[in-house]
Amino acid sequence: MKSILLTTAAMAMTAGMAMAQDVVRMGTEGAYPPYNFINDAGEVDGFERELGDELCARAELTCEWVTNEWDSIIPNLVSGNYDTIIAGMSITDERDEVIDFTQNYTLPDPSAYVAMSADVDLEGGVLAAQANTIQAAFIAETGATLVEFATPEETIAAVKNGEADAVLADKAFLTPIADEDADLMMLDKEELIGGGIGLGLRESDTELKEKFDAAITSMKEDGSLNALIAKWEIGDGF
Amino acid sequence: MFSFCTDPSILPDWQWMACYLTTGKHMSIYWSVLTVFLLLAITAPTALAFGFAGASAARSRIAPVSWLGRGYIAIVRGVPDIAFFLFFVIALDQAIEYLRHRAICPDWTEPVRQGNDFVVCAAAKMPLGNAPQWIHETYGFGLAVLTFAIVFGAFAANVLFGAMRAVPKAQLETAEAYGMTPRQTFWRVMVPQMWVYALPGLSNLWMVLIKATPLLFLLGVEDIVYWARELGGTKTSRFTEYPHGDWRMWYFLALLVFYLMFTRVSEIVLDRLMVRLTRGQATTGGEAQRKAAT
Repeated sequence: MKSILLTTAAMAMTAGMAMAQDVVRMGTEGAYPPYNFINDAGEVDGFERELGDELCARAELTCEWVTNEWDSIIPNLVSGNYDTIIAGMSITDERDEVIDFTQNYTLPDPSAYVAMSADVDLEGGVLAAQANTIQAAFIAETGATLVEFATPEETIAAVKNGEADAVLADKAFLTPIADEDADLMMLDKEELIGGGIGLGLRESDTELKEKFDAAITSMKEDGSLNALIAKWEIGDGF
Repeated sequence: MFSFCTDPSILPDWQWMACYLTTGKHMSIYWSVLTVFLLLAITAPTALAFGFAGASAARSRIAPVSWLGRGYIAIVRGVPDIAFFLFFVIALDQAIEYLRHRAICPDWTEPVRQGNDFVVCAAAKMPLGNAPQWIHETYGFGLAVLTFAIVFGAFAANVLFGAMRAVPKAQLETAEAYGMTPRQTFWRVMVPQMWVYALPGLSNLWMVLIKATPLLFLLGVEDIVYWARELGGTKTSRFTEYPHGDWRMWYFLALLVFYLMFTRVSEIVLDRLMVRLTRGQATTGGEAQRKAAT
């Protein structure tokens, strides 16, 4: 009787330890709807929340959500404060040198401009973008003047108060804003930049990367990823 | 929160507002107010203790101890707060993890630094990767308190160092003449008298500390300024039951009122404390009190 109790206790403990090591901390920004945002209940919500939870379920991982400022989102991953970045981060060569990416889980979403009027000078004007984004890097290459902001919210505010002529950001983020705000309009011109969005991981974390890659592949194959993309209006499906 | 909150879009203004201000998300900002108070309540005495230790060390007659105290004051006072907050916390966290790593996983062969990555064995993580979120938050908060205490401790040390020297020399000589040991002179004569000289400087520090709490966000603790920015931002109806425009101005106005009220209350308390500490002191303030009483 005693030995049975002991073995069950030992099994429970080893099971507990095996479970414990599988907690994966998911780092996100929480300020970029529809990709990720904080909902009314104060929890992380959005396309990436649903996607991440599904990926974790398929990879049989226990996941926990953490929010972090966009500016320091890579340094905090690298120093081990969380294990993944799932924050609408496009895969670029520059970032790939510092961290690793899984395969993309969205197609490249065209970036769009939002401005107060249609006759904005996109070549020589003042354009707003969030700092450390592909859009900011893109504007820096053109002749336009770039003004950078720490949060997406501030880039919109800069256009509304006249500090910038237009803002360049992912189309899926700008569409609901341009729809609801009578002062703002989306320009016809779009830019195709970036290589789609992927999950960011530490370069040393190859095992976790393989697990997520497999989960993304399985979601691509059974169409559930496309269903999520359509639900949150993230652009075209695969 | 309230029973009538099921469909906010049809509510009259005041009910809408009541529902809006009691969403789960707003609860976070109310909690963060408590976080700020808690931080101040823990940091202020800790920083004072650091300051007292630093000042005592700086005036020590043992040279290395004195160098240590003076070095602490000079270095921490000289480095910009923001650089200190960004660098020190990450370095401290990594140092703790590295030491634990050496102690717990001695047979780990891979290097700790792999390119940009800082990799320690899972058991050395601080806190453990599988710990619930509140432990991570408490740990972050603890690091924040320590960092604040070190930074403000250095300023407090400088203030106390000056205050100790401002105690009239004659008082100390008298103590010596009565046969008190240096230790007794320090604790019975100098320390009780120095506070009146230290208080103006310390009250300044307290005010600066109150205003420095938004630096918490640099340390990953979500404070009231973070939530004001997040809650005040434009919300479109697709992602919330309570859509609104850019309301950050109103949130920051509320913060302004909060901080002004808080500093005003602090001023009143500090003024009373000053009156209390001046009683019976050989300063102009003490002299004025004595004359008024007779």
